[in-house]
Amino acid sequence: MNALPKILLVESKLLLREKWPLLFVFALPLGLLLGFGAQPGSDKPNADLGGQSGAGYIAAIGAGVALTALGLQMLPSVLAAYRERGILRRLGVTPVPPAALLVAQVILNLISAVIVIAVLIVVGNLAFGTPVPQRFPEFFAAAILTMASLFAIGLFVAAVAPSGRGAQGIGLTLFFPSLFFGGVYIPREVMPSVLRQIGDYTPLGAGLKAMRDAWLGLEPRPLHLAIMAAYAVVAGTAAARFFRWE
Amino acid sequence: MPVIEVDGLVKRYGRQVAVDGVSFTVGEGEIFGILGPNGAGKTTAVECVEGLRRPDAGAVRVLGLDPRADGPELRQRIGVQLQETHLPDQIKVWEALELHASFYRDPRDWREVLDEWGLAEKRDAKFSKLSGGQKQRLFIALALVGNPRVAFLDELTAGLDPQARRATWELIKKIRAGGVTVVLVSHFMDEVEELCDRVAIFEGGKIAAMDTPAGLINQVVPEQRMRFRPMAEFDVGVLSALPGVQEIYRSGDHITVTGTGDFAGAVTAALARQHVLVADLRLEERSLDDAYVALTGRTFEL
Repeated sequence: MNALPKILLVESKLLLREKWPLLFVFALPLGLLLGFGAQPGSDKPNADLGGQSGAGYIAAIGAGVALTALGLQMLPSVLAAYRERGILRRLGVTPVPPAALLVAQVILNLISAVIVIAVLIVVGNLAFGTPVPQRFPEFFAAAILTMASLFAIGLFVAAVAPSGRGAQGIGLTLFFPSLFFGGVYIPREVMPSVLRQIGDYTPLGAGLKAMRDAWLGLEPRPLHLAIMAAYAVVAGTAAARFFRWE
Repeated sequence: MPVIEVDGLVKRYGRQVAVDGVSFTVGEGEIFGILGPNGAGKTTAVECVEGLRRPDAGAVRVLGLDPRADGPELRQRIGVQLQETHLPDQIKVWEALELHASFYRDPRDWREVLDEWGLAEKRDAKFSKLSGGQKQRLFIALALVGNPRVAFLDELTAGLDPQARRATWELIKKIRAGGVTVVLVSHFMDEVEELCDRVAIFEGGKIAAMDTPAGLINQVVPEQRMRFRPMAEFDVGVLSALPGVQEIYRSGDHITVTGTGDFAGAVTAALARQHVLVADLRLEERSLDDAYVALTGRTFEL
């Protein structure tokens, strides 16, 4: 399909013209890394963080926040608004199926996620000596699964939300608990065990743990990968089942 | 061969019958109007023709294609302007046109379309900064950028000022002159009267009447009335023999003549032959509005 690259290009330009998503998704994680990374001692391994340095931990958290914002905020609110405003319907009367726009949005958000993660890795490494993820293939797999699970949930939100604002609201109600149980506010290692166990069954909790493990050179646990895959399959199937184009 | 053939089209939403056995054909290069109150089924019928909805019964052919089975091929050859759609706020006028042009096999040069619809000055403006009329013109331009054989225009001039409406009408005539068939769903009687070769009036999911605008008017209000004040005395008897003239009566200085067809032309010619000048000449306006009210039993709500 020839139209997809063109749509992707136009959608990227539209994204770059919006100010707050860029701030939220790109500037916030980077700001966190630069702010906390500059604290004295943040480059030393910390037992409370499972042996990760403070800066390394913040870089991972930043990646988690960015992925969650993209998957649970950006993707569903843009797609639901496109439906609400008849943009998907309009595409239905052209030779290009409306699914092309949905695919372009997913790809655009994936590209954004990859860029944010790459920036966090590079800046962390150059500024604070955090290691490049030591088990890179495992890290990559964990990051992809985290995106898959969060994006699938985002697509489900887009499918059932009545409007763009509705999707934004539902996204926000999922966003903050996700960060909480994912170990963004309180590191997973110092969470009460009940919270930690709940957190491990959330997509971000499982994803962040798996990414941090691989970052430190540990083997991610199959359970965490399986949990994310399950979210991706279940939410993805439900999204496909309930998605309305108009 | 007709460009659009609709035969016995039925579409239900649950138990509600939206379109109830509608048949019509549209010939090549025709401007076909669809009129009717809200909920009469006109949008649903047009959406079945465009392939957006699957009919429950009946046959639809557009350019010889089945709108559902041959959807992708058909959408290469038609252009559709829908009501109540938007574009992303941040997209610029030229980007939207260029993007849509790229969807088609054989598009028009989008810069030309941009000029034609008076959007050249707004080329770099974002969609959210356009006025209602500019948005409307952009949507029409998007419907035509793919170089369609058939254009479906829903509420063509909604939101346009009177001057822009007339300019739009002229452009639609130009499009037709280029051989494009146009289906016009409209709320505006003057627009339909001005542009359409034939009109279907929808009522309760059925077609209540279908004819040329003049034909519809004649069906319903066949009689017309002219009134004038002769500047000199003459024998009114010469008028009664003219073709189409029915009644002549005099009140004070004024003479009123009723008749059908082109009787008014015959009357003025006869007066000229008698060297009678007239003042206060008035031909009573009969419009599609009258026909519409008579056919659907309701006044047209805007």
